[in-house]
Amino acid sequence: MTSTADKATAETVDTVTLTIDGKETTVPKGTLIIRAAEQVGIDIPRFCDHPLLAPAGACRQCLVDVAAPDREGNVRAFPKPQASCTMQAMDGMIVNTQHTSDEAKNAQEGVMELLLINHPLDCPVCDKGGECPLQNQALSHGRSESRFIDVKRVFEKPLPLSSEILLDRERCVLCQRCTRFSKEIAGDAFIDLQNRGAMQQIGTFDEDVLGFDGYEPIGVAAEDESGRAFSSYYSGNTVQICPVGALTSAAYRFRSRPFDLVSSPGISEHDSSGAAIRTDHRRGTILRRLSDNDPVVNEEWITDKDRFAFSWQNLSDRLERPLVRGDDGELHEASWPDAIARAAEGLKAAAGLTGTPADKKAKGVGVLPGGRITMEDAYAYQKFARVALGTNDVDVRTRTASDEEQEFLGSTVAGSGMGVTFADLEKAPTVLLAGFEPEDEGGVVFLRLRKAYGTQRVLTVAPFLSRGAEKLDATLIQAVPGGEAAALASIKGAADAAESLQAEGSVIIVGERLAGSPGALSEALRLAKRTGARLAWIPRRAGERGAVEAGALPGLLPGGRDATAASARDAIAKAWGVDSLPESPGRNAAEIIAAAASGTLSGLVIGGVTPSDLTDDLAAALARTDFVVSLEVRRTDVARYADVVLPVAPPSEKPGTFVNWEGRLRGFATAIRTDAISDHRALDFLGRELGADLKVGTVADVNEQLALLGAAGKSERVKAPSVKAGKARKAAGDELVLASWHLLVDEGALQDGEPYLAGTGRTAVARLSPATAERIGVKDGVVTLTAGGRGTIELPVALTDMADGVVWVPAKSPGSWVAQELGVHPGALVRVKGGI
Amino acid sequence: MSEPDDVWKVNRERDGEAQRFESNFPENGAVGRAFAPVAGFGVTLRNFFRPTVTEQYPDKKTPAMPRYHGRHQLNRYADGLEKCIGCELCAWACPADAIYVEGDSNTEDAQYSPGERYGRVYQINYLRCIFCGLCIEACPTRALTMTNEYELAGPTREGLIYEKQDLLAPMQDAMLAAPHPMVPDTVDDDYYRGDVTAVVDSQIEWVRERRPDDPTLPENRSTEPAEARRG
Ligand code: SF4
Ligand code: SF4
Ligand code: SF4
Ligand code: FES
Repeated sequence: MTSTADKATAETVDTVTLTIDGKETTVPKGTLIIRAAEQVGIDIPRFCDHPLLAPAGACRQCLVDVAAPDREGNVRAFPKPQASCTMQAMDGMIVNTQHTSDEAKNAQEGVMELLLINHPLDCPVCDKGGECPLQNQALSHGRSESRFIDVKRVFEKPLPLSSEILLDRERCVLCQRCTRFSKEIAGDAFIDLQNRGAMQQIGTFDEDVLGFDGYEPIGVAAEDESGRAFSSYYSGNTVQICPVGALTSAAYRFRSRPFDLVSSPGISEHDSSGAAIRTDHRRGTILRRLSDNDPVVNEEWITDKDRFAFSWQNLSDRLERPLVRGDDGELHEASWPDAIARAAEGLKAAAGLTGTPADKKAKGVGVLPGGRITMEDAYAYQKFARVALGTNDVDVRTRTASDEEQEFLGSTVAGSGMGVTFADLEKAPTVLLAGFEPEDEGGVVFLRLRKAYGTQRVLTVAPFLSRGAEKLDATLIQAVPGGEAAALASIKGAADAAESLQAEGSVIIVGERLAGSPGALSEALRLAKRTGARLAWIPRRAGERGAVEAGALPGLLPGGRDATAASARDAIAKAWGVDSLPESPGRNAAEIIAAAASGTLSGLVIGGVTPSDLTDDLAAALARTDFVVSLEVRRTDVARYADVVLPVAPPSEKPGTFVNWEGRLRGFATAIRTDAISDHRALDFLGRELGADLKVGTVADVNEQLALLGAAGKSERVKAPSVKAGKARKAAGDELVLASWHLLVDEGALQDGEPYLAGTGRTAVARLSPATAERIGVKDGVVTLTAGGRGTIELPVALTDMADGVVWVPAKSPGSWVAQELGVHPGALVRVKGGI
Repeated sequence: MSEPDDVWKVNRERDGEAQRFESNFPENGAVGRAFAPVAGFGVTLRNFFRPTVTEQYPDKKTPAMPRYHGRHQLNRYADGLEKCIGCELCAWACPADAIYVEGDSNTEDAQYSPGERYGRVYQINYLRCIFCGLCIEACPTRALTMTNEYELAGPTREGLIYEKQDLLAPMQDAMLAAPHPMVPDTVDDDYYRGDVTAVVDSQIEWVRERRPDDPTLPENRSTEPAEARRG
């Protein structure tokens, strides 16, 4: 804790003392009556009140009798009951709730009766039934008889706000939690109150007031009277906080009742934030996921991807038994012992461990774990590579990566423990984003930055202001991909950005994309030194930080130790009880794939890697490799080339730890018990068969080893990178510089099988500046992109205020699979033709 | 003394007390004492002259009382749409956890019950059911009622889990099998209020177009009574 924080807590907090239902209580000044009552265990019914939203006083369900001292100090009762969720506690206040005051009780019953007048009372067909605050409070605080005999107001139902979110206006109690969430928390002011009186309803905002700016959702989003559709990455939260069944999700519609469900806490596998989730399942099937409350990480919010994308693991291509390629060239189901024996035999030959003359011809095995694994799995993969296979060729970074990045990770990230935290982000006076889009790539990181809206300055190094950056009111430091280093270098001296960053507590966030821009990470380090700002690396995938800690990079041993340093290798070898670790420097993922493609690698062990995510032709590389072992949850394209396929568990069916970008260990237990085993357990079997006892059979084994190893000492560490700033490529003729990143909702492998969620993703467009569009002569509003890859991309153009000579396309949205079709990373030149 | 010994001792003491028990009944006289060994046959003899109550089940089946709690039935509306909306309230009410329900959305192409929701999966496990009828009380649409059928035995466990098709009420003569659209210009409330009393032509037309062989279409109806067509 910093010294300033110490001072703040040491200061005496102003308190007030009040009496609630005869109980005297002392609370900090500014506490709302409803919270003060909670603290002494008095329950006041409520709908609109939510601890993370600003008070609204919209539903009036929380009325209580209040008497407060006036200026002369005489305690005087308010003439009418007051909303306890908007009124702050005062010294000497006397509050009587429904428990002690008939007037309060009467008022609450009256409000409840009023709320129910137009309510359809269709609980039997309502998804909220059984866990509905309105149901519960109508029973506990309402009258048992209704005096209403007239005809109820009806609306058409349900009204799809998007392909995922459905609105039933008849059930709405107009508490405005949803609209307040959208405006205050997510910044997507898509829905609001409309009309008056009995016809008052939640509806979508007027199109003319808030345009989509080319960010239309893909799916059908019916428009309400004012003609706007709902598009937000955080929309699912409104379903969770709606105190009635007015907002429901298409995915969970009519699927179950709360008493059917078993709830297990977990950690989301979708991004590096490590958001706490609750998985609700019935008979071994996940039916829904909700946000769990974790104040230090995700508070009570998660992204729609965290919430809705879970069907991928139970699709029809789920692997249940090991597969072994038979003599007929086809994969056949096999028992675990057979598959392990076959895999070990093949790997032995490929790694040259048979002890026969054939070993001379063996060219070694590479290991590609993929970035979605837990820390334990990552540790097992690298130990398997280094001990069982005797190679440093292991890399989780199946994305754009560089040696500079590895040095950066080894020197600054690995073994550094908890660095910048979510709370630090919220408090930071200035945040600089480089190669990182918080809304698209950071999940709930965006919500924390957004929470500081108005008090925080956000600077972003990007080719243009994305919608997320706009919602943060960010200042653009324009940079063409590849030119980020120069842009970062320019933040110095009296530059306005440099001065902002000097404010204490400022943070520089670098994303994984910066690895593709030579010198950028070195510049970020220099900038941090110059300004005193703290540095945080936020990768996209959930397993990356854990893999960095566990040493699943070619040049990194566990705890950030340098694999090229003899002292570090010796220390690890000693801890592992082996003679030595392989000395020859390892190859990174791209180099491993290139080696396999050119026939200079005999074997591959490959985890959760999706071929279409790679710029290199993985299929061709796999086809060329003699022996491929795949550890996968589903039968993917990799299986087509694999000799042995070992089925492994998805995160919901195993225990493990994700390390989030903060460096926080996010351990989770098995949510659903199945026979499926973790990657590390499969590798433990395989290791034994290869004659190496890796001791990575259980989560506890791995964690014990990691704890014993600890972080690297100074002498064992990798040196910080110091690479000269690279230059962006020059656009010329019809060749433009490619800019691209993954949108949060796109066609990533973990979002398969969820059409309702896919519908809320944003329509893929190619962004060009007006001048560039004119220069290349865009016809019919469409452009075609080509590069050295396997195909082309055709997308409608959205003219955007952005750097000239740059074309931006989403990385894996429908019709825009950049890595596969173009085969290049952002920063490369692509040929852009106007028209098809 | 060890604990078991203690218990043993206490029990023996109690036995001793039991032996000291004296009957409240008056002592029999001499004749009574003489006939005491065969006195029990008196009951048998008396019953020779009383009407028999033995039922000749299964040769002769006697109907149960009208409100007997027998096998459940899932009812239909007059036009053949199912009453069950898949709300799971019956499952919730069941003290024996005998009912399993999964709801789903009605769609334009497949409308099984009035309104948005219907019961896609419906199972009652008769190995668990205690025939208390709480489920019947919970059902908001009167979809679930109990019949008088009591022959609920079987050789397998699976066989005693009744599925939706086993529980659905037989089609009455004028009914049209679901799925088909609701009666035009009605809402679910009209069904609940009992305002829908018969199939209309447009519904028949709809089914005819899609399932010309449906046995509940007027032209395909056989002359046998409905009950015989069931199953
Ligand atoms: S839809 Fe739900 S959250 Fe929104 S105002 Fe209505 S009741 Fe409140
Ligand atoms: S009769 Fe009772 S035990 Fe049987 S299914 Fe209904 S509620 Fe359950
Ligand atoms: S039988 Fe009745 S209570 Fe049970 S699911 Fe159907 S409608 Fe609901
Ligand atoms: S909870 Fe206080 S007015 Fe709604």
